Amino acid sequence: MSKIDAVGLPMDTAKKAKSPAVTGQLYRLGVLLSLLLLCCVMSVLSSRFLTMDNLMNVASQAAVSAIVSIGMFLSILTAGIDLSVGSILALSTMTMGVASARWGFGPTLSIAVCLGAGAGLGFVNGILLTKLHLPHPFISTLGMQKMARGIALFITAAAPISMFPDEIQFLGNNSVGTIPVSFLLVAVLYVLMYLFLTRTATGRHIYAVGGNKEAARLSGIKVNGILNLVYTISGFTAALAGLVLAGRVNAVYPLAGLDYETDAIAAVIIGGASFFGGVGSIGNTIIGVLLIAVLRNGLNLLNVDSAFQTFAIGAVIIVAVAVDVLRQKILKSGR
Amino acid sequence: MDASEPLLKVEGLSKKFPGVLALSSVDLEAGAGEVHGITGENGAGKSTLIKTLTGAFAPDSGTIRFDGKVYDALTPRKAMQIGIACIYQELNLIPHLTVAENIFLGREIYKNRTLGLLDRKAMNARAGEVLSGLGLAIRPDAKTGSLGVGHQQMVEICRAVCANAKLIIMDEPTSSLSEKEAEDLFRIIAEVKARGVTVLFISHRLDEVKMNCDRVTVMRDGQTVAHFAMADSSVDEIIRLMVGRNIQNKYPKVKAPLGDVLLSVEGLGRKGVLKDISFELRAGEVLGFAGLVGAGRTEMARTIVGADPMDHGVIRVAGKEVTIREPLDSINAGIAFLTENRKEQGLILIQSVAFNSTMVKMNKYARFGYLSPKRIDDVAEATSRELRLKTTGMDMMVGKLSGGNQQKVVIAKWLLSKARIFIFDEPTRGIDVGAKVEVYKLINNLVAEGAGVIIICSEMDEVMGMSDRILVMHEGQITAELKQEDATQEKIMFAASGVGFTS
Repeated sequence: MSKIDAVGLPMDTAKKAKSPAVTGQLYRLGVLLSLLLLCCVMSVLSSRFLTMDNLMNVASQAAVSAIVSIGMFLSILTAGIDLSVGSILALSTMTMGVASARWGFGPTLSIAVCLGAGAGLGFVNGILLTKLHLPHPFISTLGMQKMARGIALFITAAAPISMFPDEIQFLGNNSVGTIPVSFLLVAVLYVLMYLFLTRTATGRHIYAVGGNKEAARLSGIKVNGILNLVYTISGFTAALAGLVLAGRVNAVYPLAGLDYETDAIAAVIIGGASFFGGVGSIGNTIIGVLLIAVLRNGLNLLNVDSAFQTFAIGAVIIVAVAVDVLRQKILKSGR
Repeated sequence: MDASEPLLKVEGLSKKFPGVLALSSVDLEAGAGEVHGITGENGAGKSTLIKTLTGAFAPDSGTIRFDGKVYDALTPRKAMQIGIACIYQELNLIPHLTVAENIFLGREIYKNRTLGLLDRKAMNARAGEVLSGLGLAIRPDAKTGSLGVGHQQMVEICRAVCANAKLIIMDEPTSSLSEKEAEDLFRIIAEVKARGVTVLFISHRLDEVKMNCDRVTVMRDGQTVAHFAMADSSVDEIIRLMVGRNIQNKYPKVKAPLGDVLLSVEGLGRKGVLKDISFELRAGEVLGFAGLVGAGRTEMARTIVGADPMDHGVIRVAGKEVTIREPLDSINAGIAFLTENRKEQGLILIQSVAFNSTMVKMNKYARFGYLSPKRIDDVAEATSRELRLKTTGMDMMVGKLSGGNQQKVVIAKWLLSKARIFIFDEPTRGIDVGAKVEVYKLINNLVAEGAGVIIICSEMDEVMGMSDRILVMHEGQITAELKQEDATQEKIMFAASGVGFTS
């Protein structure tokens, strides 16, 4: 990196002065190592962990959460949050279920209905924030969480819909060779999102809005448009995740996605994104997702009570953030 | 304590932070009842020196002799105990409490200590004594938050006096005061001085330093470069010592040839804020907006660029009427707005120099939607070089830059937007003398190349020195128009206060 009139500061200061958007790479190393460490521990504790079968299992189970986390990452990046992703997942897949099973829509159209519904609900979240000027997305998405869930339960009086055509199940059920399609989907989505966030103006605008909304606005960025876009994408990814889930279990049910927002938030935070917005990397988010997925899978293999799984996720969140706080302190106090 | 020994003697104080030598063998001496000025550019080490005196951190080496005792390091508690008080720019008062309560905060007078019952009568009485003793007409039972900034500052001083402070440090005390309030402050300083209290007066405003201080210490790059009695020196000499070079011509105004009308504002109004603002800005012109704080100048600028809505008014750019409803509209029309608080509104502090510089219309650096990070860096670097920005690299976090360099990033951002009309709101606030000159030269360059510049400024000198024409605002209206050659401080002051004058 070339220097302009370098003030003669030594390299370690230069590193510390780098934008966190740049030092995200250093953080990734820490979380990645934790993931690898966890995998090692799990493989020692259970002989079944490191098998191809199990790993693919982890991958496909993580897929749903990974896709939901993409949208959650974006909303947290803009210093907001989306508490309604689980409910949007349920409502959009339920709508697809009704469209396919009751109204006789073809598979492509049904899928379009699912994704469209998700995007639409996400857009409503955006409007609630930008047009109704609700003070914080916590409020608007909390309301949406309840409303969408209510509608989902109402549509079929809480009954599930199943027996979908193969095309609809494709994303969740099929494999290309030994690799599940869902795994490939996640990979593609994350790469696309990475390119979008780092190589397009709109992506950079999202970081700008999260970093300083007013400065972004005065620099000509359409803040409301960006927020609407972020929540629309969040709704879309929730619906897409629902599609994968529907394929896996060959059913849609009103209570699908219950509590998915918690795991998504955990993954994003473990991945190092800041609640204050403007800081975070999509690459770290997938590591956060995998960490939680490996933890859940490992505890399952060890026949640990599911109650403890819930406890463990909570503990990991706190430990992950505490470690980061400690790391920042060490960096700041100077060696 | 030996009568001839100064109250405060700092010797060989040094403090190193990672990569920065903030203080390098600093020496300072101040006697009882002396008003001692400390000046220096931003980054000279003034704040760090103060922090070692108030105990915010310990120096790496050197000693502090205070009131006959020697200390290697102080803690905030110790500093308070031995009689060192500091009044910061951001006041440390609790707005909901009364004046007396604030004065006695932490040192309350009790009626019954075990029960914790306060003796308000005694506190009010004592506070009243101190206040009137300093000639202040402030009631001890008044709610602190209801007082003006100037009076709040007086309360802080009273607090220090009540605590029997021997040394009161004032850090840029007049930065948020009006001229009248500043005069009151200087009177209090004289009062306090007469009582034998030592005052350390840190200020950028050299005329105030000249007026109030007995002796001055000049700092530069973490060192003390000179100490002298004020009577033996001049403001020019101080400036020279501060920057280490002669600042010829503080306001290097170069008149540029005037061109067509770039911006025309007609009947701009917003209920309760602006009334009937009309003016024209030509290419090559620097139009200054003077006025008191709250006159509506920033509001006017914000309305023009679409940051705030307008009730009525017509804005024309290069003769064509433009509808401005949001900032992007004004940016597309070629208007750049450099806000008065760059940290809150002009920059994204956690982002890099490259990001911040290219924030306006970022998509123009993209090819088929693809934004190459290298292209962004190259563009940012070229402009940074032009502006002589001091940074470790394009990826440096803007929050870590000095005030002057941060301002340069903001300027870079707007230069890259290829605007033709620039509105600078307090462009040199909080930046040091050297950087100020660079900003003035930049303004000269802009108008020389045919841009139009509006400069909103509260420092009379600056607005008179840099503008071709000055418009004065008062309570949301334009009250006077003056050409640079006709303008005087008095005329501007009259118009800014809403009083008419005959030119």
